[in-house]
Amino acid sequence: MDIVIENMTKTYGRQKAVDNISLQVKTGEILGFLGPNGAGKTTTMKAITSFLIPDSGKIFIGNISVNDNPQEAKKNIGYLPENNPLYEDMPVIDYLQFCARIEGIAKDKINDKVREVIQTCGISREKHKKISELSKGYKQRVGLAQALIHDPEVLILDEPTTGLDPNQIIEIRELIKKIGKEKTVILSSHILAEVEATCDRIVIIKKGKIVADGTVEELRSQAQGNETLKVTIEDGGLDEIFKALQLLNTVELVDFVDKSTQTFQVKSKPGQSSRRDVFNLCVEKGWTLTQLTFIETRLEDIFYELTLDN
Amino acid sequence: MKEIWTITRRELQAYFDSLMAYILLILFLGFSGFFTWIYGSDIFFVKQANLQVFFSIAYWTLFFFIPALTMRLLSEENRSGTIELLLTKPISEWQVIVAKFLAALLLIVAALALTTPYYITVSSLGNIDNGAVFSGYLALILVSGMYIAIGLFTSSITNNQIVAYLLALSIGIFFQIIFQMLSSNLTGIAGGVTDYLSINSHFESMTRGVIDSRDLIYFLSVIVLGLVFSESMLMKKRSV
Ligand SMILES: Nc1ncnc2c1ncn2[C@@H]1O[C@H](COP(=O)(O)OP(=O)(O)O)[C@@H](O)[C@H]1O
Ligand SMILES: [Mg+2]
Repeated sequence: MDIVIENMTKTYGRQKAVDNISLQVKTGEILGFLGPNGAGKTTTMKAITSFLIPDSGKIFIGNISVNDNPQEAKKNIGYLPENNPLYEDMPVIDYLQFCARIEGIAKDKINDKVREVIQTCGISREKHKKISELSKGYKQRVGLAQALIHDPEVLILDEPTTGLDPNQIIEIRELIKKIGKEKTVILSSHILAEVEATCDRIVIIKKGKIVADGTVEELRSQAQGNETLKVTIEDGGLDEIFKALQLLNTVELVDFVDKSTQTFQVKSKPGQSSRRDVFNLCVEKGWTLTQLTFIETRLEDIFYELTLDN
Repeated sequence: MKEIWTITRRELQAYFDSLMAYILLILFLGFSGFFTWIYGSDIFFVKQANLQVFFSIAYWTLFFFIPALTMRLLSEENRSGTIELLLTKPISEWQVIVAKFLAALLLIVAALALTTPYYITVSSLGNIDNGAVFSGYLALILVSGMYIAIGLFTSSITNNQIVAYLLALSIGIFFQIIFQMLSSNLTGIAGGVTDYLSINSHFESMTRGVIDSRDLIYFLSVIVLGLVFSESMLMKKRSV
């Protein structure tokens, strides 16, 4: 089941939390919804689950309009809200049975369904405990279990690993990947590594607007652009070296990185490499090339740049 | 309907798990029993085979107890955020409200059912008017429903249980005392309106065995209004 958002806008008072976004998530896709705090991720997810009514725009779950037929749309959605609210004083198993009944699962199937999600989410040993007695990681699993109880085709997970310790994070990620194989999943996070590890596709949102959309590789190559080198050259005058580098045919731009060590940043022309020219220049002039390395644009930098306040 | 019953059951379970239900039952039976049988103008003193004394004691006890029963119902869901989980399941706001209303009402009905020994004792004292007993109990249930609806509404407008309790009590005081006081000081239309708004006249005539449709309409409209207002408070949160 696809999720389709068309021109959705949501304003709180005078502040636009989500600004005319359109988005489509295909069946089987795990979409990472990435953005800094306050970007509008939670607002978007609440609108998808019909908890918030947007000011304008349309949202579809498969062919079902969330606006026109929320009850029907909700049947196909499993939702883990931000901060994972739960009925803390209920035992895990009672809570899951309650959720199963509310989802309208047939009476004779309820126990099987509950057993199934308890197994999937790895909470067999805690199933008789009160939810308030569980660790944060296990609470998160209960949150996932309730989202999965009716085997929904669409999963909406709002910051599912916030506040967990590194081991718990890895476990929950694995769990989401496993579950996500046959479902349409949107997972939000403000941590790049999070979505990089779990998601097929990343959408970056900033101040309510989508600023990037693509697979990890696409985003990386988009931002990569020209080859950039870090070059240290000794046994020559600083200015002389600078000028000579700039005159090379394959070089577009030269910049100082560190004048004391005579280190430069050399940006090549689009689609070209200046590595050979730099080396030959040094040989010709009798300079000593002590460093020649790539500067890779890391995904973090892209994220940082895209979401930077300007 | 099945969904409503599912939520009602969970709320009842929560009442018993939190000991709230036991506390309410014990206090209610204790208070009404003490004042009905032992203290002051008790039944033996009045020497009449009816439950008038019990009805008026219960009337006041419920006035104070019901807000304590309802204060948590929505404020806690709003405070902890579980309301979001509930409303993103395939159920409507109305179902949630009705389910919670029923849970509190069932608990009150259970408390009232536990007072049947009073009835048995009194009926052994003389010829009891069973019609008046029936309509008296019905009146107590309707008054309870009214206060539950009011309490549910105040619980929907705050995240703080104590505030919900006090607000419910403040609104309740109007129906319980203030409208009556006003009606005895006012004349003409204002007097009539405040008299109709006050619970007293409706309640008293029912405990005497008179079931008038005007009284039923009174109780049912306050109940429906309380529930509709609570529902719209839940809806309002979704379109802030
Ligand atoms: N209930 C609310 N009332 C007013 N402003 C809100 C409310 N919820 C969120 N906002 C604002 O809307 C913006 C987007 O919030 P949110 O969707 O929670 O972002 P994210 O989940 O990406 O951190 C933020 O600036 C936030 O302060
Ligand atoms: Mg958020």
